[in-house]
Amino acid sequence: MLLEHSPPVRADTGLDITLTINGQRRELQVAPWTTLLDLLREKLDLTGTKKGCDHGQCGACTVLVNGTRVNACLTLAVMKDGAEITTVEGLAGLGDRGGSNALHPIQEAFIEHDAFQCGYCTPGQLCSSVGMMNEGHATSREEIREAMSGNLCRCGAYTNIVDAIEDVMQGAGR
Amino acid sequence: MNRFDYVRAGTVAEAVQAYGAGARFIAGGTNLIDLMKYDVEKPGRLIDITRLPLDAIEAHENGLRLGALATNAKVAYDERVTAQYPLLRNAILAGASAQLRNAASTGGNLLQRTRCYYFYDTATPCNKREPGSGCPAIGGVNRIHAIFGASESCIATHPSDMCVALAALEATVRVSGPQGERTIPFADFHRLPGDSPEIDTNLTPGEIVVSVDLPASKFPQHYTYLKLRDRLSYAFALVSVAAGVELDGDTIKTARLALGGVAHKPWRNREAEALLEGKPATRESFQQAADLIVSEAKPQSANGFKIELARRAIVRGLEQAAAGTPQSLSDKRIQ
Repeated sequence: MLLEHSPPVRADTGLDITLTINGQRRELQVAPWTTLLDLLREKLDLTGTKKGCDHGQCGACTVLVNGTRVNACLTLAVMKDGAEITTVEGLAGLGDRGGSNALHPIQEAFIEHDAFQCGYCTPGQLCSSVGMMNEGHATSREEIREAMSGNLCRCGAYTNIVDAIEDVMQGAGR
Repeated sequence: MNRFDYVRAGTVAEAVQAYGAGARFIAGGTNLIDLMKYDVEKPGRLIDITRLPLDAIEAHENGLRLGALATNAKVAYDERVTAQYPLLRNAILAGASAQLRNAASTGGNLLQRTRCYYFYDTATPCNKREPGSGCPAIGGVNRIHAIFGASESCIATHPSDMCVALAALEATVRVSGPQGERTIPFADFHRLPGDSPEIDTNLTPGEIVVSVDLPASKFPQHYTYLKLRDRLSYAFALVSVAAGVELDGDTIKTARLALGGVAHKPWRNREAEALLEGKPATRESFQQAADLIVSEAKPQSANGFKIELARRAIVRGLEQAAAGTPQSLSDKRIQ
């Protein structure tokens, strides 16, 4: 754990941080210039989170940090010391449905509504959907579209993505 | 991305003390990390200020104090902001994406850099990135560039939506630095490029934004943030208008107007605001104000369309504000 009031860290020195990733506490050593995205993909083998543009423009790298959706590509891992991270690999665990093959309701809805074609944007779309529902501001179809505008889908599955989200939101209200 | 030292500051004083040549403060990082990936920014030291106790939104005098670390999302969805400063809420929600607004801070929003293509492209000259190297945007690809207050050195625009609202709301920026604390009126926070476009603001080196203070609410009903862009969401403004009016019957008591996407800073014209005061809240009055504002516009080779777009957006924005029918955030039709 890096102490506050710490002296500057020299380049090429790894920093000790702790992250809880998909419910599992991990003690890690990271260089300060490592993004959360690269840490997940390159060091922890959690390649479900995708690198699209790597500049915060496409949303493919969306993950939840303490339940809030952010772009992992524009996040330095060291700055999130102590945080809880949820990636697409951990969404099923949030669903709380039991059974080894259980999916999060949003994952089931994406399958049901055919809400993807190539699938590259899907992990980001899923995490972003869960983050959006946590925020609780979007209710209408138009508001969902606006709230999901940070996730691009070049296959153009937008209509079905909104269908899937609406389905889950309505299910939660039943 | 270049290699750098990393310091995590525990107090504002510690952060200021850790500052030196080549250092950068980092909070949300949504713009700075992006610029570092393009090698536009190559800080020798990053000072992480995210653990400073600066994220509160609290009553202050007759207004509201927004802590510099309050995220854009936190500010936009704050109940007091929603009730008393809906212009600010709408401007914030018109910008970026939900993911970015969850990370981006109030202070960082003020300090974000231009999105001029040439500034981002280290293969081209840019006076803002490398002073004295030239400005290929002049006579180049400049559809998104400034029509007000540009110079022969730089025609870049400030990209923020939030700042356009803060200009119209006449906020104050509180900063802390090696010389202590001071406040800067919002209109004096950002600067025009002149012959030193590498300097975006009137902050002195080592100063850190501590809060943005809003004066008493004046436009809880009669306001709009009208943003015109190339796609309906998640794009920078070609032209945007933040408008607030106070009415006495059908007569305009006060009008505040700021434009985004058209200058190196949120663009205000106090003569146009004064011209509106005491006038009937009619399209004719709004057109007079709009004509006065755009009379100072100077087009570049490819952005002349912005002048007529701005003129119409000003009239429409004032109409929306006067009618109390602000531009919807989700229904993008312009009423």
